[in-house]
Amino acid sequence: MNRIIPIIRKEFIHIRRDFRTLIIIFIMPVAQLLMFGYAINMEIQNITLAVIDHSESPASRDLIRAFAGSKFFTVRHFDGGESRVGALFQNRQARIVLIIPQDFAATIARPVATKVQALIDASDSNAAQAIRNYADAILQTYNAGRGLAAPFEVQTTIQYNPTFKSTYFFVPGLVALILIMISALLTSVAIAREKETGTMEQILVSPVRAREIIIGKVVPYILLAFMDGVIVLLVAHFWFKVPIIGSVALILGAALVYVFVALALGLFISTLAHTQQVAMMAALIISMLPSIMLSGFFFPVASMPKVLQWITYVVPAKYFLLIVRGIMLKGNTLAQIGTPLLVLLGMGIILTIISTKKFKTTL
Amino acid sequence: MMAPYAVQTANLGKRFGKFEAVKNLNLAVHAGEIFGFLGANGAGKTTAIRMLCGLLLPSSGNGQVAGFDIYKQSEQIKQHIGYMSQKFSLYDDLTPAENIEFYGGVYGLQRQTLLQKRSDLLEELGLTELADMTTRSLPLGYKQRLALSCALLHDPKIVFLDEPTGGVDPEARRNFWDLIYHMAQQGKTIFVTTHYMDEAEYCNRVSIMYQGEIIALGSPQELKQKFGKASMQEVFIHLVDR
Ligand SMILES: Nc1ncnc2c1ncn2[C@@H]1O[C@H](COP(=O)(O)OP(=O)(O)OP(=O)(O)O)[C@@H](O)[C@H]1O
Ligand SMILES: [Mg+2]
Repeated sequence: MNRIIPIIRKEFIHIRRDFRTLIIIFIMPVAQLLMFGYAINMEIQNITLAVIDHSESPASRDLIRAFAGSKFFTVRHFDGGESRVGALFQNRQARIVLIIPQDFAATIARPVATKVQALIDASDSNAAQAIRNYADAILQTYNAGRGLAAPFEVQTTIQYNPTFKSTYFFVPGLVALILIMISALLTSVAIAREKETGTMEQILVSPVRAREIIIGKVVPYILLAFMDGVIVLLVAHFWFKVPIIGSVALILGAALVYVFVALALGLFISTLAHTQQVAMMAALIISMLPSIMLSGFFFPVASMPKVLQWITYVVPAKYFLLIVRGIMLKGNTLAQIGTPLLVLLGMGIILTIISTKKFKTTL
Repeated sequence: MMAPYAVQTANLGKRFGKFEAVKNLNLAVHAGEIFGFLGANGAGKTTAIRMLCGLLLPSSGNGQVAGFDIYKQSEQIKQHIGYMSQKFSLYDDLTPAENIEFYGGVYGLQRQTLLQKRSDLLEELGLTELADMTTRSLPLGYKQRLALSCALLHDPKIVFLDEPTGGVDPEARRNFWDLIYHMAQQGKTIFVTTHYMDEAEYCNRVSIMYQGEIIALGSPQELKQKFGKASMQEVFIHLVDR
């Protein structure tokens, strides 16, 4: 036991002095989240607006110009008729559809409320609200510019589109992805580095046992990766406004288990890799690809081919995604997420046992 | 258990796939001896040492180190040996003091003993002034002596040195060999590989390995006489560069 402490202490010295590790631990997750956040902002700035103009009058063209002139909307005309609006949303060709009635030019000249209809894609409810606010603002400015008191009456129908995931669904996936990627990367590189430089041999010739080396190597990264988990969840909640309906403590507990699995995965990779380069590539590919493609992050597991569905059973991110979405969005309790949590725990233990066994013989 | 020999092997062999890196190694190294383990590049020296140190499982044969079986008692062996690998074995980004503390820690030294040893060693190595520098920035000669000190923290009876003086100037090599003699005087057994034949002359006995096999064994004096050469350099060239 007292041989583990020197190993832990040394690992912290390495981390403190190694610029790259510090960047991976503290900059990478935040940068990834901000990049994602920026992507969302980009989306809100370039909202494609499809116009169905039944009026085709100077007045209606004026209104369209007001939308086109704003930095939020990119306007395209659509003459497929109202019945095809659903397809527009499906294919992400538009996020808002503006329907200008035939009598627009006539009614706008009179001091009564003019009706226009706006349909908004609500697959992302935050974005839908934002789009609605932008549209309202433009209509108001347009009105004020013409010095008319009579308001528009905007009918917004918010259309829900279940084939696209909302931010709420997306952010937990990102949390799962970032955590597994960073944890696997950190451990596998930390161990491969010692093999590459030859210090591992020097440690193995001492009476230290393989499990002591492994514990000493992994404990510092559990702490750091868990910290990353907390940071990422804070950003998810406060930046992306993902609600946390269930228990925060439960999420943190689940994150700890997940980080353990991710580190065990890194450990396993390090028993196969002899250089830092190989370890890094392997860790990125093995952690990222399945977490993106096979976890239910983007593509629902149920709609995958059968063979892929079977593979998803060994993808840790799938279980963590279930847990995080369950706790954050549905308020699931321990009893409800117990099964995926146990699966994760089992995965971590199995990976650790295999890696400990393989550890020495693979020097 | 009293062992007559510090290191003893019987037909020890190691195969990597179809390739036999070490074949039928038969050795008996006396306690307190400085034993030179010579051979050209790729002769199998490192492989043999790694089997003796418990880092590699042999494919065939038997061996004992400090009287313990290399298959079944590698944990006991580890308590009694020091090993300096041919790869650089210190942590570059740690200071000399931190390296000493770490290795002392993994050998389970008491904190008090360790701190005492640390300051003694830094003093002895002339590193007290440089204690806050990272090991990376030390001259190679210092690094090698520091690495040796780290391998000796637990006061082992048998010391395996795999090319301990590679790449340094003759003066640094002489300094290092002073340390080796000092250790031998304390009764330690030294098992050392080298590519420098002048160093071979300093050994009590040497073996010369060629393609996994020992082709000559004896004191430098005996070998020179046997092959009628004036120096170990010539003996080596005669045997290896045939
Ligand atoms: N893990 C391994 N897998 C396959 N072949 C190996 C392995 N380790 C060593 N060898 C091969 O075994 C042979 C002996 O290698 P070894 O390192 O023991 O030689 P050496 O005498 O120490 O050489 P040097 O003087 O260059 O250090 C070499 O041909 C080497 O390529
Ligand atoms: Mg060698």
